[in-house]
Amino acid sequence: MKIKTIILKTALALAVFLGTSASGLAKLNVVATTSDLGSIAHEIGGDLIQVTVLAKPMEDVHFVDPKPSYVVKLAHADVLLEGGAELEIGWLPPLLEGARNQKLGAGQPGRVGCAEGLSLLEVPALLDRSQGDLHAAGNPHFLIDPVNARHAAKRIYSAFSEVDPAHRAGYRERLETFTRRLDEKLPAWQKALAPFSGRRVVAFHNSWPYFAQRFGLKIDLFLEPKPGIPPTPAHLAEVIDRMKAEKIGVIIVEPFQNRKTAETVANRTGAVLIDVTQYPGGIKGTEGGYIELMDYLVNTLANALSGKTR
Amino acid sequence: MKIGFSGSIFVLALLIPLVGNAGEVESANSAKEEIRQLQLRVEDLEKQLSESKPPAPAAPTMRAGSAYMNVSFDVLANLGWSSTPDAKKLQPGDHDPSQRGFSLRNAELALDGAVDPYLKGFANIVLKTDASDGTEIELEEAYLLSTSLPAGLQIKAGRFFAEFGRQNAQHPHTWAFVDEPLVLNRMFGSDGLRQNGVRFSWLAPTPNYLEFILGVFNGQGGDASSFRFLGETDANGVERVYGRATQDRPLDSVGDLLYVPRIASSFDLTDSQTLVLGASAAFGPNNTGGDARTAIYGADVYWKWKSPRAEGGWPFLTWQTEFLGRNFQAGADLTAGLPAETLHDWGLYSQIQWGWARRWTLGLRGEYVTGDGSASGEAAAERSTEARVSPDVTWYSSEFSKFRLQYNHEWREHAREGDAVWLQVEFMLGAHAAHKF
Repeated sequence: MKIKTIILKTALALAVFLGTSASGLAKLNVVATTSDLGSIAHEIGGDLIQVTVLAKPMEDVHFVDPKPSYVVKLAHADVLLEGGAELEIGWLPPLLEGARNQKLGAGQPGRVGCAEGLSLLEVPALLDRSQGDLHAAGNPHFLIDPVNARHAAKRIYSAFSEVDPAHRAGYRERLETFTRRLDEKLPAWQKALAPFSGRRVVAFHNSWPYFAQRFGLKIDLFLEPKPGIPPTPAHLAEVIDRMKAEKIGVIIVEPFQNRKTAETVANRTGAVLIDVTQYPGGIKGTEGGYIELMDYLVNTLANALSGKTR
Repeated sequence: MKIGFSGSIFVLALLIPLVGNAGEVESANSAKEEIRQLQLRVEDLEKQLSESKPPAPAAPTMRAGSAYMNVSFDVLANLGWSSTPDAKKLQPGDHDPSQRGFSLRNAELALDGAVDPYLKGFANIVLKTDASDGTEIELEEAYLLSTSLPAGLQIKAGRFFAEFGRQNAQHPHTWAFVDEPLVLNRMFGSDGLRQNGVRFSWLAPTPNYLEFILGVFNGQGGDASSFRFLGETDANGVERVYGRATQDRPLDSVGDLLYVPRIASSFDLTDSQTLVLGASAAFGPNNTGGDARTAIYGADVYWKWKSPRAEGGWPFLTWQTEFLGRNFQAGADLTAGLPAETLHDWGLYSQIQWGWARRWTLGLRGEYVTGDGSASGEAAAERSTEARVSPDVTWYSSEFSKFRLQYNHEWREHAREGDAVWLQVEFMLGAHAAHKF
């Protein structure tokens, strides 16, 4: 008898709990793996959605800890936005396994791989780890090209309107606004970097091929000897020689990368070291969102390349 | 008690979907609204058509990251020396370095993949070389995991490590030291608590992580050494556990199965600090008497700090501690002169790992395990007090290989103090490893 009442009471408490959480579902619950996707989701969802970003903007997105709190966030999500192309391969699979959320199963409308449908760069012909930590699907840092961001925005819009059709009109209006802003901005960004077409910039890790391609730069010399392998003195000496020989004047470094190494190379070559990020919020001045991030990158690079930073 | 606990979980499990369905009363859209939606869709499609460019050139399109099955092969090889000629006396774990000189106790083939839209499958097949250089094969794990149950429920079934505490369910290549903690060997035998069975789990719909787990197993053999285990054979060919001749107890009722409940929770103290707390237990009969039972209780803590600017995962600091206690009801063995009594054992280990620079970690572990309440000399020796301290240093040449140097100093109640030094090398081929927190 007593057990029965306990079970009944527990069931009642659960019903009340689930009831209240269901009423809170008026907003679409969106989880984005990274803050660039989170910012684009916000552009399209606005007040209709609630966005949670897993990786911190300063964090190395290849090495995010799959914390149990992320399992809970994914368990409650209606939509998951991921870059895909193995960007999150080291930490997202165990989180999804723990979250056991049917809405985020492979092929569900709530599971959005933003790289899908894009032709990625640097798809390795041969998967060989002696060449470093390669990504089988190609370079996963595609969103830093505004044209790819436009593609991702469309995919995100499609997912939102499929999962939450009642607000399709609202999502579409916001998509159009965001796309229009991107389309207006892109020629200005290209113009700002046009004077430096063909110039070479040194980066720590090979995460900039899409940006380089879009803006006519060459970002193909890295402080890392191979992807994921920390810099060695011999390799750095080679980079320094090449920088001097080719008069390369700019090094870019992301918040989680070893700035000291980059500083040493900058000091030895007289190059300018500038802080960059691919994730809104990764650096002061980029918190506003994707467009503010691109503004920051283009301005900082243009200043550095024109010698104004020196 | 235990049956009542598991029973109420089942009842809850049955109730939740009902409650969920009752809440999902869909508000019917008016026809007008539906037409408006369709109009918008048509407009979208028209727009897509008008915008569609000629198909992209035959550039390499995105290749799926995984095939039907992920395959990886991981090898842990050891080189070292122990002050005791029989290194196994100091290193009771089955995957520990097992002898002076070279040893290879864990070459693991791991397979995993989606079975169908409802299930995932996993298998771990371990090869290890023994003292006579033969190769043993072990089906370490082979299980399926549900992926589409509602209401936060999940079922695991097959052969797998019981989710008791933190380390028991982890594979050796993810351990912070080359060997298994002594207290786990005392409670679960040389190879951890690993059985055929089924595990139910419920992720509570709470704002903080809260998971309830119940494992149900056969509880037999050396991989459940505190339960229905026949023990080692003595000089007269009699199988004994803690001095008592054992008898094989078949399963008479569901109460004779091994039940392993666990509750785990976690809190993000700050953006860079996470705490995981857990409590586990294991209840089942043992083979020393007709109604002899064993109960094991455990508590575990894991804390991790990782720099908000971590590069490749470094720098970080972790602290992990597990406490286990056991009440083993030993039956009387009058021929051996042993009364019926309850043997109490308890122990703990506590370890920190400091990843101070990229690719490098320093570790320090302290351990203690003890037992009381035994009348038999032999049983007392098996359950004597032991303590061990182990510093280690590890260099990760990449995510897929590491080199670890560890020193052990051990104090033993009925034997001389022991020392051991081990160098372990790991390499992994194949699928990218993704580890749980």
